[in-house]
Amino acid sequence: MTFEKIITKHFDDPKLYTLKGYLSCGGYEGLKRARKKEPQEIIDTIRASKLRGLGGAGFPTGVKWGFLPKKPGEKRYLCVNADEGEPGTFKDRYLMSHSPHQLLEGITIACRALEIDTCYIYCRYEFRYLFDRFNQAIADAKKEGFLDNLEIHLHHGAGAYICGEETALLESIEGKKGFPRPKPPFPAIKGLFGKPTLINNVETVMFLPSILVNGPEWFLKKGVETAGGNRVLAVSGHVKNPGCYEVPLSISLKNVIFEICGGMKDDKPLKAVIPGGASAPILKADEIDVGIDFDSLAKAGTMAGSGAVMVFNEETCMVRVVHNLIHFFSDESCGQCTPCREGTTWLKKIIYGIEKGEGSESDLDLLLRITGQMSAKTICALADGAIGPVRSGVEKFRDDFIKHIREKRCSWPKWSWRGN
Amino acid sequence: MTLSFSAATQKKIDEILRHYPNKRAPLIPVLVLAQEEFGELRDDVKRLVATTLELTPSEVQEAVTFYSQLKERPVGKIHFQVCKTLSCDLAGGEEILEYLREKLGVEANVVTPDGRFSYEGVECLASCDTAPAMFCRGRYFEKLTRDQIDAIIRTGRLE
Repeated sequence: MTFEKIITKHFDDPKLYTLKGYLSCGGYEGLKRARKKEPQEIIDTIRASKLRGLGGAGFPTGVKWGFLPKKPGEKRYLCVNADEGEPGTFKDRYLMSHSPHQLLEGITIACRALEIDTCYIYCRYEFRYLFDRFNQAIADAKKEGFLDNLEIHLHHGAGAYICGEETALLESIEGKKGFPRPKPPFPAIKGLFGKPTLINNVETVMFLPSILVNGPEWFLKKGVETAGGNRVLAVSGHVKNPGCYEVPLSISLKNVIFEICGGMKDDKPLKAVIPGGASAPILKADEIDVGIDFDSLAKAGTMAGSGAVMVFNEETCMVRVVHNLIHFFSDESCGQCTPCREGTTWLKKIIYGIEKGEGSESDLDLLLRITGQMSAKTICALADGAIGPVRSGVEKFRDDFIKHIREKRCSWPKWSWRGN
Repeated sequence: MTLSFSAATQKKIDEILRHYPNKRAPLIPVLVLAQEEFGELRDDVKRLVATTLELTPSEVQEAVTFYSQLKERPVGKIHFQVCKTLSCDLAGGEEILEYLREKLGVEANVVTPDGRFSYEGVECLASCDTAPAMFCRGRYFEKLTRDQIDAIIRTGRLE
């Protein structure tokens, strides 16, 4: 299929990460256009483009921008969420390492639109090998006058998935443990250091320059009815060619796996797909003829989330898949809300028992009952994310669970390390 | 003798402090700098951080215990961080941890008697397409092999 790439268009250029390389690919052209517009015009342009937040929630970016109160002269912040940690997600790391200036250009455009003078890029500590490249890019762009009078600071955490939740991220920048804040007040009203704050994901911000250059109609035409543009999927697991791929929103999950990624590794049959990161309910092999956009996947009972597609062949033990993920959520629950802290712990213990062959059939109803006690009962969305794979796993792959319970063991092949 | 930061680290802290409207905000980056300078975050190191940023010991402690990359106990000079989350586990993450246990003769998060090595399983490193992945010596190792681990151990023993 043919389509035009937007944000990864020039990623074959090995010098794209330098200011010179970025400029030779038309870099900072979007900013030049933004400089000729009034702030409200930029907001209207982004709203008309139907760009949606690509960190996971899919909230319309222009609408989110509109929540910031219009009080000229008041201190306010932009925080860029680069705390990519949702299992299976590696697109922001890919985008940031190839094209730091594209992020800086997007930041400068957003800050012009919202009259913000300070931005923090909250980056996970594991990406620290990128910090020198980023600080260099900031220094170069500043020197050449591309950052207006904006202060951009790279801030890092120290290992906590929850800090990708936007209010936990704010707490973390304030030097505290990453406990999500009860909302309201929303960050647009009372965010970082008590000031109005906008939080946008890396990929979302990186789409901004292209919208300014080509116009919102162009961007909208590329997408689907409810969302403009393309998005970058991160595909991993049992496919021939795992990796990051910029794709149009109109593509189906099936085409992503069998065309873009070259099909299944070793041509083994497909068993299951997680379409949008660890929090997304699992799809069975016969459920993947579905669009990858936010609304199509929501209608299919799952979510597009962070664009992380994980693919499993028929030899995969789904009990172990679910156990791995609930173990993750249990480790990463911040502990603030009891239903999440206790719920994830008990789900993990029960599923581990089943995987070891120590489960009973009544455990399956118990698992579902526990998920019911966790859903929509907590401050943030981690608990609802954690129950996604558990509920869909137990409901759609019940046979796998039953086999473990009846045979009192896991009879699937071990997950082995091919590295020599 | 009271502990103090080296001139180089103090300079970095002074620079970072200029990025924030108060002295608590840079706590996590400063704890990471302290850890890089002194190794683990012992009580005297945490006190130094608290004094530097004019915070209470409990404000510092709650951050130290919350973030998994902040260590109160020593790690080896070379610390292997192996991803154990789904895509890497599918590609053998658990076997890698077993391999390290065999090679180094210690459990996860225990330092070898010579102080050189330790290892742990960590959550998703955002390197799922090149699984299995590991973070070690400030960089990523992707499509990790036994040879790569052997080479790191060999070099580490000579240092």
